Amino acid sequence: MTEAANSAALAAAERREARGLFLLCSPAVLMIAVVVFLPIGWLFALSFLNEQGGFTLDHYARMLHPAYTRSFQTTFELSFLVTAICAALGYPLAYLMSQTSTVWRALIFVCVLFPFWTSLLVRTYAWLVLLQRRGVVNVWLQDIGLIEAPLRLVHNFTGTAIGMTQIMLPFMVLPLYAAMAAVDRDYVKAAASLGASPLKSFWQVFFPLTLPGLLAGTVLVFVLCLGFYVTPAVLGGGRVLMWSMSIERSVAVYSDWGAASALGVVLLVVTLAILWIMNRLFGVERFIGGR
Amino acid sequence: MADTASGVPIGRFRRVWLYALCFLIVLFLVLPTIIVVPMSFTGSRFLRFPPEQFSVRWYEVYFNSVEWRDATWVSLKAAVLTMLVATPLGVLAAYGLHASRSKWARAVEVALIAPLILPLILISIGIFFLYARLGLNNTLLGLVLAHACLAMPFVFVTVLAGLKGYDMNQERVARSLGASRPVAFLTVTLPQIRFSVFSGALLAFITSLDEVVVALFISGGENATLTRRMFTALRDEIDPTVAAISSLLVALTLTLLALGLVFGDRRAGGRS
Repeated sequence: MTEAANSAALAAAERREARGLFLLCSPAVLMIAVVVFLPIGWLFALSFLNEQGGFTLDHYARMLHPAYTRSFQTTFELSFLVTAICAALGYPLAYLMSQTSTVWRALIFVCVLFPFWTSLLVRTYAWLVLLQRRGVVNVWLQDIGLIEAPLRLVHNFTGTAIGMTQIMLPFMVLPLYAAMAAVDRDYVKAAASLGASPLKSFWQVFFPLTLPGLLAGTVLVFVLCLGFYVTPAVLGGGRVLMWSMSIERSVAVYSDWGAASALGVVLLVVTLAILWIMNRLFGVERFIGGR
Repeated sequence: MADTASGVPIGRFRRVWLYALCFLIVLFLVLPTIIVVPMSFTGSRFLRFPPEQFSVRWYEVYFNSVEWRDATWVSLKAAVLTMLVATPLGVLAAYGLHASRSKWARAVEVALIAPLILPLILISIGIFFLYARLGLNNTLLGLVLAHACLAMPFVFVTVLAGLKGYDMNQERVARSLGASRPVAFLTVTLPQIRFSVFSGALLAFITSLDEVVVALFISGGENATLTRRMFTALRDEIDPTVAAISSLLVALTLTLLALGLVFGDRRAGGRS
């Protein structure tokens, strides 16, 4: 056999093997395709069909109705607020983690990951117990004389925002910490040795270098907030109507699959658009991908 | 003022404030969940901190209730089965993708982690819609299949990370010495990535156990999960039994987290 024929046979064998290995992915891909992608495609088609099976844009046109636009507004307001508070709380915490000793860092890490591991429902329930009319927070605030009558802290916008902030905070801290840990300390030292004040070297050197992490966290938290269901449903007590709850009601209460599908498709498009644009502009993927 | 030795660009005085602020933030993260544990040991119908008198009344209610026990049993069965389905699929996919270097690898990777990115509510109503046609609603099989889709990505991501830190040449050596690919994988590669596999399996278990939204739609009747029953109980009133169940779940989670720290891959602590 000539050398050329030999190497061609080898290359063919290698291709065959690569194809065989690639097939190992197929059970997982098949499962996701049938259980996740197929129904979503089905719902996508459904969102354009009227009851007779003809093409219609009615389901999308109906979304301009005030009942729906109000839920979009609530969703965006809440998501913006929660994301902003998460950034404000997450930045100092991630900063301390990146600066402190290994022991402290490990300790904070466990505290940040602890809510990650505990059930979402358990954490939401805890807030319900703490924030209720005669709950711990109100009783303590009254005991120290800060307030006269109990505050309305739950089953409204405030309670939902508090609970969501706590649940989303780890998603902000982790990418932020990843970005901060990657900053070369010498840059900051160089700025200091060139006469920059601590504040100046922080804002002009350290902060800009951590922006990609901040953006990654912001995008992640915001996108997760947009589709959040459990916590707003429990802590909102039916008074905070989010996008996801409109979808749930359309299905569970009205069995209106057209409306539910259209709402779901728009939510999906908005989510993917935000992820795609941010990834294109800032390459936030590398901070999110590793989680 | 600046502590230039460690490169900390803040003064010492400001640092005290930073520590104080971060202490409060950490309390905010951890305390609300922890505080429910002592509160659950109350004898009264109202949850107070500190509890007025110590009692295991609500734990008795939980353990004596057929409904809660059944729901717990369903959740545990679903979690174990989900783990058993999601782990092999995730490991196979991660290994196949890592070893083949196909030009489609990126597309497959995105498809496999899509369940983490897509809005959960949309996935849920989609599965509900599909199952209505297949008659899988309110069945254990349907529940496990749905949870496996949500859990598999965690196994996939964890094991893929594990494989990236593993030298595939070791497997090549084994094969050049006569081992077949499956044997080489099982005897050489798998033992070295076992920590990632363990972490992934643990995440799969917890994902299923904690899952609420999908279960809300597709689990019901005698196959209602614990989280589904808890969610329904929460919407009506604040039932102290839920505090007892929550405490038990926190204890279980902490045990698993400790197991994960001891036996698992430290790099893979995160989940959503």
